[in-house]
Amino acid sequence: MSGTAFLERLKSKFGDKITGENLSAIDPWIEVAPHGLVELCTYLRDEPDLRFDMLNCISGVDYFEPDEKKAVKVDWKPHTEVVYHLSSLPSKTTLVLKVILPRWKDDKPGELPEVPSVSGVWSTADWHEREVYDLSGVTFTGHPDLRRILCPEDWVGHPLRKDYQMPLEYHGIRGR
Amino acid sequence: MSTQLDDPRIIEFDVRTDEMLVNMGPQHPSTHGVLRLVLRTDGEVVSETTPHIGYLHRCAEKIGENLTPRQWIPYTDRMDYLAGMNMNLGWALVVEKLMNLQLPEKARHLRVLIVELNRIASHLVGMGAYGLDLGTFSPFLYAFREREKILDLFEEACGARLTYSYLTVGGATADLPAGWLQKCEEFLDQLLPVISEYHTLLTSNAIFVRRTAGIGMLSPEMAIDYGCTGPVLRGSGVDHDLRRDGEQRYTEMYDGYAFEVIVEKDGHYPKDHDYPPVPKQTVLGDCWHRFYVRMLEVMQSIDLVRQAIDRYSTSTGSWGEPVKLTEKLPKGEAYMETEAPRGQMGFYIVSNGGGAIPWRARARSSSFCNLSVTHELCRGCLIADVPAIVGSLDIVMGEIDR
Repeated sequence: MSGTAFLERLKSKFGDKITGENLSAIDPWIEVAPHGLVELCTYLRDEPDLRFDMLNCISGVDYFEPDEKKAVKVDWKPHTEVVYHLSSLPSKTTLVLKVILPRWKDDKPGELPEVPSVSGVWSTADWHEREVYDLSGVTFTGHPDLRRILCPEDWVGHPLRKDYQMPLEYHGIRGR
Repeated sequence: MSTQLDDPRIIEFDVRTDEMLVNMGPQHPSTHGVLRLVLRTDGEVVSETTPHIGYLHRCAEKIGENLTPRQWIPYTDRMDYLAGMNMNLGWALVVEKLMNLQLPEKARHLRVLIVELNRIASHLVGMGAYGLDLGTFSPFLYAFREREKILDLFEEACGARLTYSYLTVGGATADLPAGWLQKCEEFLDQLLPVISEYHTLLTSNAIFVRRTAGIGMLSPEMAIDYGCTGPVLRGSGVDHDLRRDGEQRYTEMYDGYAFEVIVEKDGHYPKDHDYPPVPKQTVLGDCWHRFYVRMLEVMQSIDLVRQAIDRYSTSTGSWGEPVKLTEKLPKGEAYMETEAPRGQMGFYIVSNGGGAIPWRARARSSSFCNLSVTHELCRGCLIADVPAIVGSLDIVMGEIDR
């Protein structure tokens, strides 16, 4: 199935929940609204001719330029992306989904953005979402056990956010 | 006060069993690194397993946002430190995908040669350490004896024995030295007969079979659901190998190579006629099958290295000069997975354009996903089987924690 035909099919099924796409990228991607994510993922997994049965990776990417001089040059507005890389073992195809979120929920600094969890669709999402929460600071609503996975439980902040500051000290260990 | 028992039944009445939380690790020698498992046990039976990871977290992804792709190559070595070459290759390929860089033919054969040799070394450690988990020490020593020779070959090629940084963006840091191919062939000739010794020591050993057959059953559906890849997935009978089914940029490296994906079909594995038959007690998807897939992959890799030597020595052109250390990255993002010894190792690079430093560098670890299925595999097993199950996943903590 070509990229455009596939996109038309999804758009006719999900309407305005498909909010954008880039089919000319190296890995073409489709952008989905957070409230349509679980529905779309279930559809992609269960449809007999698609069968995206494996979730390879979930990555959080923070788009924010802390340096004011550089910030005027960038061609995007600050936001956070959650990128889902899927693949289908029966048809050997891959797919990239993106959810674009504000950097802070309701633009209140300190309130982490929210996206529904897909751990009910693919079990592997459980740990991947914990990692994205831990490092990139995205809350996955409906996740069964959302706690830090790589950093210690009492760690403050989410290190892969671009405005992250190393703590001055952690249990008597100098940070910076 | 002396403890005289008038009526032994009284003390029996007092004995009761309780659920107990047992901490396994983080320094348990059979956990392949610093992995902590919290087991909820009732007597000898484990009802719940909770892995705690992160003891070896070295902020690799954060460092990757501050270095150029070639400067990050040494950090990929330290992820799966038993298969550094495969890690280098994964990252090099994804950066080349972003830059749209095509490699000369000779460079591709060099890469196949090197990564398959590293796969042998990695599976040998996996096999030896698994024997160690199950309480037999000698296979470990034999495995290290052979691995040592591979490390010597690598040392001659790139100067390092563990953290190679040899394959890099654009090709490799140097060509193979003169006379290296011949040494490599001599080593393979010598390795081949030794493999059947390992089969006697482990594969068909009655104790080994009793410890691994029917333990840690992983169904194909569950394996896919949990994102398990590599020998863990193929040990469950799923016919999937990225060297054949992966992205074109990766599979073209293996174009023209003759190899069969190691997976069971009708009770047989490809090319297993020289080896002990599959024991009757085993079930597809148990620890024994995961182990056996690895053993057969050693044979497969020996075959691939031989083919690569032939092709490398007859192909002309460059071995692939690396790109500049500060080569500018085009704007865009790329994701790619390769078949590392422990499963599908994925790298994701995002670049804003204009600079040599990526905006985001992400590593998807195969062991990370393989480990996440532990709590399903260990449900209801005995405490003594936990090392057998975790060992059969062949995890490397450096890759899980990054």
